[in-house]
Amino acid sequence: MNNIGKNSFDIGYMDTLAAGDSFFHRLDPRAKLITTILFIVTVVSFDKYTISAMTPFFIYPVVLISFGGLSYKYILKKLLIVSPFAILVGIFNPIMDRGILIQLGSIGISGGWISFISIILRFVLTVTAAFILISLTGFNAVCEALIKFWVPRQFVIQLLFFYRYIFVLTDETERMVRASSFRVFNSKAIGFRVFVLLIGNLLLRTLDRAERIYRAMCCRGFDGHIYIIRSMKIGYQEIIFTFGWALLFIFLRYSNIPLKLGVLVMGVLK
Amino acid sequence: MHMADALISPAVGGVMWATTAGLIAYSAKKVKEKEDDRKVPLMGVLGAFIFAAQMINFSIPATGSSGHLGGGMILAIFLGPYAAFLVMASVLTVQALFFADGGLLALGCNIFNLGFFPCFIVYPLIYRKIIGGHLTQKRIMFGSLIAAIIALQLGAFGVVLETVFSRISELPFRTFVLLMQPIHLAIGIVEGLVTAAVVSFVWKARPEILNAAERSIPIGKVDMKRVLLALVAAAVIVGGALSWFASSNPDGLEWAMFKTSGKEELESHENVHTSLAGIQEKTSFLPDYGFKKGEPVETGPESDVKTPWPAIDSGTSVSGLIGGTLTLLMVVLIGLGLKRRKDIS
Repeated sequence: MNNIGKNSFDIGYMDTLAAGDSFFHRLDPRAKLITTILFIVTVVSFDKYTISAMTPFFIYPVVLISFGGLSYKYILKKLLIVSPFAILVGIFNPIMDRGILIQLGSIGISGGWISFISIILRFVLTVTAAFILISLTGFNAVCEALIKFWVPRQFVIQLLFFYRYIFVLTDETERMVRASSFRVFNSKAIGFRVFVLLIGNLLLRTLDRAERIYRAMCCRGFDGHIYIIRSMKIGYQEIIFTFGWALLFIFLRYSNIPLKLGVLVMGVLK
Repeated sequence: MHMADALISPAVGGVMWATTAGLIAYSAKKVKEKEDDRKVPLMGVLGAFIFAAQMINFSIPATGSSGHLGGGMILAIFLGPYAAFLVMASVLTVQALFFADGGLLALGCNIFNLGFFPCFIVYPLIYRKIIGGHLTQKRIMFGSLIAAIIALQLGAFGVVLETVFSRISELPFRTFVLLMQPIHLAIGIVEGLVTAAVVSFVWKARPEILNAAERSIPIGKVDMKRVLLALVAAAVIVGGALSWFASSNPDGLEWAMFKTSGKEELESHENVHTSLAGIQEKTSFLPDYGFKKGEPVETGPESDVKTPWPAIDSGTSVSGLIGGTLTLLMVVLIGLGLKRRKDIS
């Protein structure tokens, strides 16, 4: 059957995670948003043949996941689900780029495989960073941080409303789909005609629902302005958090620690 | 499928984000101008509708495969271009944050590919022109079909350009285009048929909704659109040129030095420097990050040997591999240690 229920469960689960309590949970969402973006931009700025220089960056997700009480298994599972696209496009690299770049004894590794592994590493790091942001912050807090960053209010208000009604709509859709699949002999995907009727009815119901919501808001004094109240403070913790990680990222980006480590080890072995 | 962060360079991501941010600001301004309070809950709820509808897989007739709705066109038809763009952007944002369907840096690209083309290009220039003020079954079908096909072709082409300009993936332009465009032609046809069917359904059930939508949605001035298009084109070209330039000059400092002084490294004439350099040469196990060679390798403008970029030779790579593996192991150990500490505490 369809995975509508599973999807809305996922969103609800991550929101529940965000309600947890840890040092990272309590930080102002703006600090976490900035750090996540810095992390992603730094990781993505490596050139395409970089592998070992990227490995120290795993310290960021590891620290946040451990101290934030998140589950490695859950994140790994979600990584696997979304990996097909990156793998599908990345797999062309070994096919196209066959020049031998590294010679390990008698085995030659082509540049294509190196860049493929680099793509996989990038993928794991960036996707995990995004999940961690949402799991530690929660969608509402991220939206409020966006308003403070001068993202247009119309857009953020839209985001908040939209998020609120995802649960309502997915519930309704799930009921409709389940009802229709009980009345049909084909257990696979829904037929085209039935789908159009389902969606069409859902759309009509949605438009009516929007009207009801608007009237309910008017009854409660809606005048076109939406007020968002949350006290957010930037304190020492946020500054240390953001600057600390930023300095670390820049340091790791420009000094290839794994290489130096390998040199040391090889020197000791000799 | 949406673009992932793994295939994007910061230059491309940044340029597309700048463009998308500008478009969001512009759309938000336009939506606010209309002063239609009804729009606020309507946009949110329609966004949730599209989100939920995208999760239903339907089987495509005459083929064995299944597909799902995109939604950009439906949104544009019921909300108008500006509101529809904001709604599409929010759907993609939630997908990126919760389902990793597209990366955060690539979100700018995805909002552009899946939002700008349907809402600002195809909807006014194609769908509205075909409808021409009279809603008939044939025009709805024709308009939706052509509009969806073109919107998806443009979106797919956007993905190709962004991937190729980022130069992380090795997919050559021609191969990628030949892969993407036909697939998205089929997807576009399906999307067009679904859009046409849904819009017809609503039109037959409650024609006043669509008539009201048609009347209340003004098309923006053409000048503004041309300006936007010009800006976008400029951004894409500049961004592409920048990333090309950046990647062909590996070490900015050495390149800058070479250009200014004709040498890639400074030569020192003082005694202390030369003696220290001599000691360093004798003791360094991996000079210049490579294994020591028999005789000194010449660098500089006189040498004919052109080191191919990236110049990775075996020494660097072996130490790199060892270092990388060790680092990963350390990180894993740290993670386990932290976890145990947390379980105990």
